[in-house]
Amino acid sequence: MAGQTLYDKLWAQHLVTSRDDGSALIYIDRHLLHEVTSPQAFEGLRLAGRKPWRRDANLATPDHNVPTTTKERSAGNAGIVDDVSRIQVETLDANCESFDIEEFRINDERQGIVHVVGPEQGATLPGMTVVCGDSHTATHGAFAALSHGIGTSEVEHVLATQCLIAQKMKNMQVRVEGQLGLGVTAKDIVLAIIGRIGTAGGTGYAIEFAGSAIRELSMEGRMTICNMAIEAGARVGLVAVDDHTIEYLRGRPFAPSAEQWPAAVAAWRELVSDADAHFDKVVELDAAAIEPQVTWGTSPEMVVNVSAEVPDPATADDETVVRGMQRALEYMGLEAGQKITDIRLDKVFIGSCTNSRIEDLREAAKVAQGRKVADNVQLAMVVPGSGLVKRLAEAEGLDQIFIEAGFEWREPGCSMCLAMNADKLGAGERCASTSNRNFEGRQGYGGRTHLVSPAMAAAAAIEGHFVDVRDYDPGSARDRDDALSA
Amino acid sequence: MKKFEHLQGLVAPLDRANVDTDLIIPKQFLKSIKRTGFGPNLFDELRYLDEGYPGQDVSSRPLNPDFVLNQPRYRGAQVLLARRNFGCGSSREHAPWALDDFGFRVVIAPSFADIFYNNSFKNGILLITLDEETVERLFQETEASEGYRLDVDLERQQLTTPSGETIAFEVDPFRKHCLLEGLDDIGLTLAQSGTIRDFEQRHRQAQPWLFRDA
Repeated sequence: MAGQTLYDKLWAQHLVTSRDDGSALIYIDRHLLHEVTSPQAFEGLRLAGRKPWRRDANLATPDHNVPTTTKERSAGNAGIVDDVSRIQVETLDANCESFDIEEFRINDERQGIVHVVGPEQGATLPGMTVVCGDSHTATHGAFAALSHGIGTSEVEHVLATQCLIAQKMKNMQVRVEGQLGLGVTAKDIVLAIIGRIGTAGGTGYAIEFAGSAIRELSMEGRMTICNMAIEAGARVGLVAVDDHTIEYLRGRPFAPSAEQWPAAVAAWRELVSDADAHFDKVVELDAAAIEPQVTWGTSPEMVVNVSAEVPDPATADDETVVRGMQRALEYMGLEAGQKITDIRLDKVFIGSCTNSRIEDLREAAKVAQGRKVADNVQLAMVVPGSGLVKRLAEAEGLDQIFIEAGFEWREPGCSMCLAMNADKLGAGERCASTSNRNFEGRQGYGGRTHLVSPAMAAAAAIEGHFVDVRDYDPGSARDRDDALSA
Repeated sequence: MKKFEHLQGLVAPLDRANVDTDLIIPKQFLKSIKRTGFGPNLFDELRYLDEGYPGQDVSSRPLNPDFVLNQPRYRGAQVLLARRNFGCGSSREHAPWALDDFGFRVVIAPSFADIFYNNSFKNGILLITLDEETVERLFQETEASEGYRLDVDLERQQLTTPSGETIAFEVDPFRKHCLLEGLDDIGLTLAQSGTIRDFEQRHRQAQPWLFRDA
């Protein structure tokens, strides 16, 4: 008999019952909540006279609707100018209060994007099942936790029963072997994977990211990769436990106590796929061949190397794909054959649950240091993923680097990733964004999004158009000297 | 949840792959704390020529005459025909709520995104996966003949076209059962509370660090 994959092990450890028809009940260890997808679930509980099954499994924080400007933020919920947004945040506060659920409120320093907050608190642990009414819950798989997004009906189901009705997924392994080039990051790896397998390539699968290039990544980098598993169609992205995982968690507020720690670590060490485990599909990428990536269209799979040109729809062989590409070019205001490095930007957004952690901010700051945002870029903003990330970045002086370069330094939240708050693109505006989705209208009605890594976004802000961040290698003598003399 | 057994419905074709949930219902409408009222904003950016906002009276907004659901021949459609990877992107259940509120009970496509698939069934919307060739043929037939309706029989797992042709479809038995009976799955799960408590106790013993309440 073949061994088990990491996903198989996590599934087996949480299986409460399975039915003859293939559906199963799985137990949920951690349920994260935010203001957008929870109000109708709490209302459902209230109408049915039900209570949460287990209060300590839940953790909530508002993130989508919160303002990121210091002036508005200092007023707490009252600073949310849009009444509908404010009511949604207030509703979360009221629901958490009445159902006795722990919440990091708007001006709690621990508040932030739910997918940054969970790991940062150690509320996401290896071997857990983690769910949230948010597709980017895949992020937490970086910790070998079986994690995925759910809808609001399922949020209610988890609150009421601590379980989810689920069906076992298929196993896919994406193996990235070799050494990444200087200036090439986790974001480029995951965009390259999506470019390879397509936006539906992972549908029905749990993807385990493996290989030497993944093992080399920090936990922040792994979170970036798992975060975008959903952009490849997979609800679940996973990385096996290793020393990076364990060291990251040591001492976090929700992590196991000192007495429990040795037993927990021993259990976590088992959370790797067996050598003889069977994967239904295996995809391999050569890390050394991955260049910085830039999306050109309105689906994350519409992605190319920074050194490439905007592709020609005539080269596609499928009629539906050709029409999709033509529509994307029209929406994006681009021509086939245009060089990616000739695309000029109006705005730059560094943030989101994909890229707003300390390492992301450090990478962007390295590029921005001693330079100035180009005149044609009307707004370049940096939005840390949580209050704690913000504090750490400020302790390292990153905020000053950004501010001196002409970036705005903001308060934590989802911000312009999906523009539910006041941070948005105007019609026709073009943005280099470290977020995860370039869908039509995602960052604002008529807005045009190009997905890139934090370093690429910072370099684009400085030059006013896309550049190959490898030309900004901080090790290069010219750039370093420029930075020192600036 | 709402029952689904049988339907004879007008078909509307949405000829576009990778329709994401941002396109189905844009984010500004997710600020609502209700489950209803999303229908007027279904496909908002495709349906109207201006930018929509929550709470607005849509009757005065300029319609996009080229958008399929604005064409009089598709008024009252209950079956949406779509291309591959329908419903990709976010987990917002507002997407099926909007489809339902607009009047759609069935979506037919070559493939669906996983989270959207779950969310739809939870709201009594039947998603039918058919191969690309069959979907292409249904697109051609729908566009060629005004008033094209499909008969959807969930019990028999069968579509019948106006010419009398039948097309079989697959559906997972548990979901079929819940849809036919209109079952409340929280109630079904809570009926197994004892099993869940037993599991929870074993789980707590094996990994006590997963529980913060002593």
